[in-house]
Amino acid sequence: MDKEFKHYQHAHCESGVTANMLRHEGIDISEPMAFGIGSGIFFGHLPFLKVGGIPGTTYRLWPGAIFKKVANRLDIKVHTEKFSSPANAMKALDTALAEGRPTGILGSVFYLPYLPEAFRFHFNAHNFIAYGKQGSKYLISDPIMEGLSDITPEDLVKARFAKGTPEPRGFMYYITGTPKQINLAAGIEKGIKQTCNFMLNTPLPWFGNSAIFLLANRIKDYPHKLPPRKAALYLGNVIRMQEEIGTGGAGFRYLYAAFLQEAGIHLRRDDLQEFSAQLTKIGDGWRNFAYNAARIMKVRNTGVVSYDELSALLRVCGEEEKIFFTNLGKLKW
Amino acid sequence: MDVSDVPQEPKDFKEGEKLKKLVYAVGKDGKYTGVTSAGWDAENFAMKQAWDDIEENLAATLAKVKNGTVSPIAYYMQKNLMELSLLAKYAGKWQWQVTRHMKPEVFAKLDRAMLDVYAGIFNITVEEMINFGKERSNNG
Repeated sequence: MDKEFKHYQHAHCESGVTANMLRHEGIDISEPMAFGIGSGIFFGHLPFLKVGGIPGTTYRLWPGAIFKKVANRLDIKVHTEKFSSPANAMKALDTALAEGRPTGILGSVFYLPYLPEAFRFHFNAHNFIAYGKQGSKYLISDPIMEGLSDITPEDLVKARFAKGTPEPRGFMYYITGTPKQINLAAGIEKGIKQTCNFMLNTPLPWFGNSAIFLLANRIKDYPHKLPPRKAALYLGNVIRMQEEIGTGGAGFRYLYAAFLQEAGIHLRRDDLQEFSAQLTKIGDGWRNFAYNAARIMKVRNTGVVSYDELSALLRVCGEEEKIFFTNLGKLKW
Repeated sequence: MDVSDVPQEPKDFKEGEKLKKLVYAVGKDGKYTGVTSAGWDAENFAMKQAWDDIEENLAATLAKVKNGTVSPIAYYMQKNLMELSLLAKYAGKWQWQVTRHMKPEVFAKLDRAMLDVYAGIFNITVEEMINFGKERSNNG
């Protein structure tokens, strides 16, 4: 029942929560493995979905998908719940904690005082674990943090019932049952197949590999369509989504490469290891793109040439990933 | 990225140096491993730029509160990194109503209950809010 909860720091909140919760159940799984089985890697650019007047960009699948997919694919039973009232949401959390269940929580980073202020925006899809209570305070394992944290009930309620998009509405989840045998191989195969499918066969231009080219085209237009300050903020947001907290570097590309390597070792497949090496190189290309974007932002350089060059760097990432995921999708299982 | 190339350039603003995040990099043996990173110049700059923009806008709004063109609600909305749509949701009002509340003459007539709602959202007292921007207390 009251097994001590062990906290491990991870790159990304949701794959980190997933790995830490499974480890608590005695399932030895790494963050990259959880991320890959959960088909976490993705790309999306949504010019019409503006936050603070800036178009949205994402390098990962929608929030909640990773945990759900991992649970499905590894045959793990979970309980998930949303609430209409904060009082019920906190009562349900207290009950789960009293039963000794570390509980995953969805909330807004803006209301988590243990995070440095620099990171606290109204981002409502952050995942962390409550693993106990001490007095009135909740004990928190937030996978992006090096150590453990705690939070007052008042702040926790605010985080769980933040408004905006999406609204967490007190969403919480915990594991209720695990199978005797964990079949990673099956999960790996399903995870990879779906990732390739999502990347290449999404018919909408804003999602998957084609969205990289959409963004590249937009960036080319920035100096023509935007004032210098706005152009720099637009670019800056892309870089933040790619490199700021929680991607493990290069917009999750390194994290996914780590998964492919581990999968290759687990399944004794050299081809997966080869794919891992390729994606590491592609990730280096994304880092180079970010480095050059920062250079342009610093000088507020709206020279057409520099934006053209940046757009070209991004296109190369898109082209290389197109080949990469096409070949990965052709793997024989 | 090799482990030896993981940047360690601290975020020296807004407590950013307090968090060393995990990134994945390739070690000498060719194996991926998690490495903590203090930060990277490129991302630090992007983040700092976003904060600078917020603070520039906030300073402009502060000036407007002081010269009586907008009410403190406009200032605290921005200070809490909110947009009109989000503040309206928290306040349980339509956006046009919140826009009206940003007019000093409308703000002056808001009832206590409404002021309580705003003060609660901004995590301050009603007194702090209504006195904000007046001559003697102008350090928000």
